[in-house]
Amino acid sequence: MSHQAGDIAGLYKEHTAKKRTYIMVGFVLLLVVSVLSISTGSVDIPPQDVIRTLAGDTVSTTWDSIIWNVRLPQVLTALVAGAGLAVTGVVMQSILRNPLGSPFTLGISNAAAFGAAFSVIILGAGSTSSRVGDAVTINNPYITTVAAFVFAMLVTMVILGFSKVRGTSPEVMILVGVAMGSLFTAGTMFLQYFADDVQLASMVFWTFGDTARASWEELGLITAIVGASIIYFTFNRWRYNAIDAGDETAKGLGVNVEKVRLWGMLWASLVTAIIVAFLGVIGFVGLICPHMARRLIGDDHRFLITGSVVMGALLLLCADTMARLMMQPYQLPVAVLTSFLGAPTFIYLILKGRRI
Amino acid sequence: MILEVDGVEFQYRSNEVLKDIKFHLKKNEILSILGPNGVGKTTLLKCMNAILKPKRGTILIEEENVLKLEQIEIARRLGYVPQRCEPARLTAFDVILLGRMPHMKWNLSTEDVMLVEATIKKLHLEELALRYIDELSGGELQKVGIARAIAQNPKLLLLDEPTSSLDLRNQLEILNIIRDFVKKENVSAIMTMHDLNLALRYSDKFLFLKQGTIFAYGGLEDITPEIIEGVYGVPVTIQNYNDVSIVIPTA
Repeated sequence: MSHQAGDIAGLYKEHTAKKRTYIMVGFVLLLVVSVLSISTGSVDIPPQDVIRTLAGDTVSTTWDSIIWNVRLPQVLTALVAGAGLAVTGVVMQSILRNPLGSPFTLGISNAAAFGAAFSVIILGAGSTSSRVGDAVTINNPYITTVAAFVFAMLVTMVILGFSKVRGTSPEVMILVGVAMGSLFTAGTMFLQYFADDVQLASMVFWTFGDTARASWEELGLITAIVGASIIYFTFNRWRYNAIDAGDETAKGLGVNVEKVRLWGMLWASLVTAIIVAFLGVIGFVGLICPHMARRLIGDDHRFLITGSVVMGALLLLCADTMARLMMQPYQLPVAVLTSFLGAPTFIYLILKGRRI
Repeated sequence: MILEVDGVEFQYRSNEVLKDIKFHLKKNEILSILGPNGVGKTTLLKCMNAILKPKRGTILIEEENVLKLEQIEIARRLGYVPQRCEPARLTAFDVILLGRMPHMKWNLSTEDVMLVEATIKKLHLEELALRYIDELSGGELQKVGIARAIAQNPKLLLLDEPTSSLDLRNQLEILNIIRDFVKKENVSAIMTMHDLNLALRYSDKFLFLKQGTIFAYGGLEDITPEIIEGVYGVPVTIQNYNDVSIVIPTA
């Protein structure tokens, strides 16, 4: 379809249609990679049988149990966690007006790690050693999850408190977040110093983010929170665009900038806290995926939010599948791989990009 | 009367910045707020659309008190162009569409898109429309900002130093855009200005601030060299050249 030079609205529609196409392609890729990911592993299942099993047919009872109990939950967890981390990254970058914004900017991962350590040492979540596959597992994972979540939200409340006193400026939020992160790191070190070797191992082990940890129920809870946050963020997409054009511009357009910032931060923290509490720390996805989506789509949140959701889900699923297959029969936790891949990807983006 | 301001006072913490501000503006008029750096010109401008909340006073826009309206209601009546629009990876069209935000429900309507297209044509920004604003020059960015405020369909346009850091040609282009809009569309504009000659050339009314309060207020005929010396502390003479008043410092 071609338009005359004067038909600006028509040209603009073509411009936005391109962004929609990218997102659609991403969705299709996501479906394909999901099926491939379910089909590969220590036992290979042909993709067409994966599809038949997912459709409800029983091809073989073993495959039924592998797919429904092991691989599907892990694939879905990777999708949801990737989407959640990426979408919070996008929103944090916008409301903090900072390209380094990510789900962990506010010190949430450090606080959650402290919570996990706290539960192991002080609350006696305990640990047992030497099981097949995992070196150490935590005896009572629920206490650890709850403790990690509580401390992650505690940090959010502290930043919220500071924002009340000093105003919701990006600077205050970032600086308090950095301070909190370093405070909780110190706290974790303190606890580790007094831990015995098994406790120490389980603390460290907990921080390696792993998508194999979530059960169906936990996956349901994570999905509900991530889904609700995506709806909330989408509802505010115009406001984030306005804030991108400057606080003053946004205020002149009737946007309550402080409120958007505060609620955006709260939702982002909630999503991050829930993912970290159940899965551990998965680095770099929340920082890089938004930037990859930005390069394809630009900063328009009408498309960027969905774009990041797709990009995050796709990237974490790919990383997770690779982590499973790389060192068979051992399955690496995905966090090891995302951090490995994260750094070079990020540097590449900086070198090739117009700006971060 | 489109705007009536009475007894406006503003404080930053305990510092009194503005006191006893009183003026009014008719339709199709442009008012320039003038005065030395730090006197509170921008503060006064931001009080007009309640980005900053005055401590007391009333600001009536078509007989409605701005200070009693919701932020979004204010945005439907007043367009605000800050000194700087932050460059982002958004096209000029995206940014001008933001002007429709205060009128939008869940999403854009076809009318919104058509109105933005009309605004772009009116301001002759066709070439810029699909370019990303982080690749635009200062003058182009300022035009996009003004187009965004015009797309807001305001009754009153507020502009914070619209010509600062622009070259001569862009200064004139921007002020012509503003004047055309104000004269044709039944709206008014308030702008803060540093350049006295541009202000004299393009405004109908002048408000001189000194030490947080009005030093002088009136039309072109009321401006004397004594007022300007009183405000800026610099002796000047005002000359007339082809019906344009020009301020020349004599010190």
